[in-house]
Amino acid sequence: MDITRRRLLVLLPAAAVAWKYVLAGTPEASPNYKLTDHWWGMLLDITKCIGCGTCVRACAEENDVPDGYYRTWVERYHVTDWHIERPEVESPDGGKHGYLHEAAEGGKNFFVPKLCNHCVESPCTQVCPVGATFITPDGVVLVDKTYCLGCRYCIQACPYGCRSLNPKTKTAEKCSLCYHRITKGLTTACCEVCPTGARQLADLKDPKDPIHEFLRTHSIQVLKPYMATGAKVFYNGMDGSVR
Amino acid sequence: MQIPVEGFMYPNEVELQWSILIVLYPFITGLVAGAFILASLERVFQVQAVKPTYRLALLTALAFLLVAPLPLQLHLGHPERSLEMYLTPHGSSAMAMFGFVYLWYLMAVLLLEIWLDYRRDIVVMSQKEKGWKRLVYRVLTLGSSNISERSLHIDERLGYFITLIGIPSAFLLHGYVGFIFGSVKANPWWSSPLMPIVFVFSAMVSGIAAVMLIYMFSSRLRGREIDMRCLDTIARYLLYTFIIDFSLEMLDLLQRIYEADESFRSLDFMVHTRLWTSQVIIQILLGTVTPIALIALIQFVKIADVARKRIYGLAGCLTLMGIFAMRWNVVIGGQLFSKSFLGYTTYKMDFATREGLLPALILMILPFVILWVLVKLLPPWLESSPAPAISAAPARGIN
Amino acid sequence: MKRFKDTEHLIRLAAVMVIAVIAFVVLRTALVPRSFGEYGHYRGAAIGETAARPVAFAGHQTCEACHTDVVDVKKQGKHVVVACEACHGAQAKHAEDPGSVQPKKLDTAVVCARCHEANSAKPSGFPQVVTADHAGGLACDSCHKPHRPKIETETEVKK
Repeated sequence: MDITRRRLLVLLPAAAVAWKYVLAGTPEASPNYKLTDHWWGMLLDITKCIGCGTCVRACAEENDVPDGYYRTWVERYHVTDWHIERPEVESPDGGKHGYLHEAAEGGKNFFVPKLCNHCVESPCTQVCPVGATFITPDGVVLVDKTYCLGCRYCIQACPYGCRSLNPKTKTAEKCSLCYHRITKGLTTACCEVCPTGARQLADLKDPKDPIHEFLRTHSIQVLKPYMATGAKVFYNGMDGSVR
Repeated sequence: MQIPVEGFMYPNEVELQWSILIVLYPFITGLVAGAFILASLERVFQVQAVKPTYRLALLTALAFLLVAPLPLQLHLGHPERSLEMYLTPHGSSAMAMFGFVYLWYLMAVLLLEIWLDYRRDIVVMSQKEKGWKRLVYRVLTLGSSNISERSLHIDERLGYFITLIGIPSAFLLHGYVGFIFGSVKANPWWSSPLMPIVFVFSAMVSGIAAVMLIYMFSSRLRGREIDMRCLDTIARYLLYTFIIDFSLEMLDLLQRIYEADESFRSLDFMVHTRLWTSQVIIQILLGTVTPIALIALIQFVKIADVARKRIYGLAGCLTLMGIFAMRWNVVIGGQLFSKSFLGYTTYKMDFATREGLLPALILMILPFVILWVLVKLLPPWLESSPAPAISAAPARGIN
Repeated sequence: MKRFKDTEHLIRLAAVMVIAVIAFVVLRTALVPRSFGEYGHYRGAAIGETAARPVAFAGHQTCEACHTDVVDVKKQGKHVVVACEACHGAQAKHAEDPGSVQPKKLDTAVVCARCHEANSAKPSGFPQVVTADHAGGLACDSCHKPHRPKIETETEVKK
């Protein structure tokens, strides 16, 4: 690639403007972010997921997730005929390296990416004894690493299995919806790298966000709706066999 | 982590979060609550027969209560932050209540009751003993050496009142542990309104059995005759409580089998495979049905004292083993199956790590060490000195 | 004071308890973090601390600011929807210091297969091949240019 000096003089200011998005540092770097202007969620389109596992790898890199622990993962389902209550499911290493081996013969197969659902009535924040995990005013469930005792009650209370104990910090670990990115105008790492657009960040408070139209025109599901957790991760095209 | 998994588990579920230390905690607080209930039988319900075990039961409760927070501290990722539970307890969390319920029970109930009951002896010993022991007793008197008839009578009345509120406090101390599990809607093995009640009754069973065994053992150690009327009465209360406890657990099981909801197939498989030995064999057959049958037998068939003692000893040991197995089955069992109901994992218990078998064994032995110190410091039995001629305050614990 | 002589020990006990409660209240005021309770039952400062993490992925807007030539090629093909870092990995460090941090050369045999290896669980409309039958042992980029993957005929390219 050939960048002439002239082109560089034109590009640098543009790069600087774009670079402000990537600035690390204090929240002062994103002074225009108002907590009450946002209500974050995510849309997962099962009809588009190809199980490449790029989201799992990107999340691990973006958030320093230790090996063997998963803030997001991809499951592969195999449903034979009408046996909707007995699917065969696998998630080798969380689907981090994709699925190169074939699924079982017959029936239907599909991928389901999963992550923290950032529930509005989350059972995990309900059971935390000290207030180390909480939902922010903009709808993201976070863990305060300096306050968490590591009692693991929240891990037991989550119906979706999205929490673990970080072996290095000895505190609860889970998807933060890349809070450090979305507050700077970027999207989450997983949504950024998803090649098919199966994963899309959604700001439910933004009237211009495409999610509103999508929710209106598609059949939408959430995981374990009978748990009444107020999950904000919405699935399109998810089969009834999904656990 | 090479943990063998059968079927499918969510990737983060494979490793168990709550270890044997979390099995130990409800077992220990259960013994505390049960021992206290036995002590209160005499004080509040005027069951004279169990008087010889009154002070011993209180000291047993205290010894175990002092050890109770230790398995939790070892388990926490950051035990140095545990003060946060007192500073910023989260009102919606059952676990946050632990700090205050524990403190209330320790300070306002158990220590107060022991102090009030022993105060005369403490004052006497603070004047009689020498050296550092004298200092300890003097501190315990809080600087007051008044053991007049009236002051002892006031102690007696206050002690009665403390025991009265101590009974619901003891239920709360262990009942909230049951609620910690029973309120987790994500886990069908735990989620049940019966949990707190089952925990309380099994606590009473274990506490009564523990005091019975300690009484028998300490009498042997001291070369003293066992009061058979006392022992028979304790065993009867053990039987009644056990029958209620067993009925509650069987009710839960029957309902589950009948309703057979989404989780049932998975849980049923788990009980038949991974929990077969610990639940069916150890908890139910050996740990519940056998002791109930043994003690029930004694109610209908006249058996000689010596044989009865042996049967009580056996029943007591089996009971404790059974109640421990129950805690194991609840805590560990609740984590062996996947919340997707499609798979099972295995519990890999290490030996000499922070949450391994060795610390668990040490923590189980520690209360007996503490009890030995307490018995030396606050003897439940008046050996040499005759009871002073004070009729208003009945001397407790005289054997 | 004779009245209280027999309850003196209880008054002393009550005094000990009152002192303990006062000590606890003082301790609490000193130890609870300042921002606790600002938004709810948690440390308000935790929100800012979480937001202040450094990013690892630059985001495709940042890449596109410099690499406009690649943008021009990509927008002619199906990979226009694929973010740069989906294949090239996290490049925030490179964006910060383009001269000294160079992205690694990719092995197309690995990168392409993850998405395009045929698998019955993938949506049927998604382009997928059985590499063993399709590639004849060649690397993917022998025939496909990753930024515009469709193999063009001579006339189409000249346009």
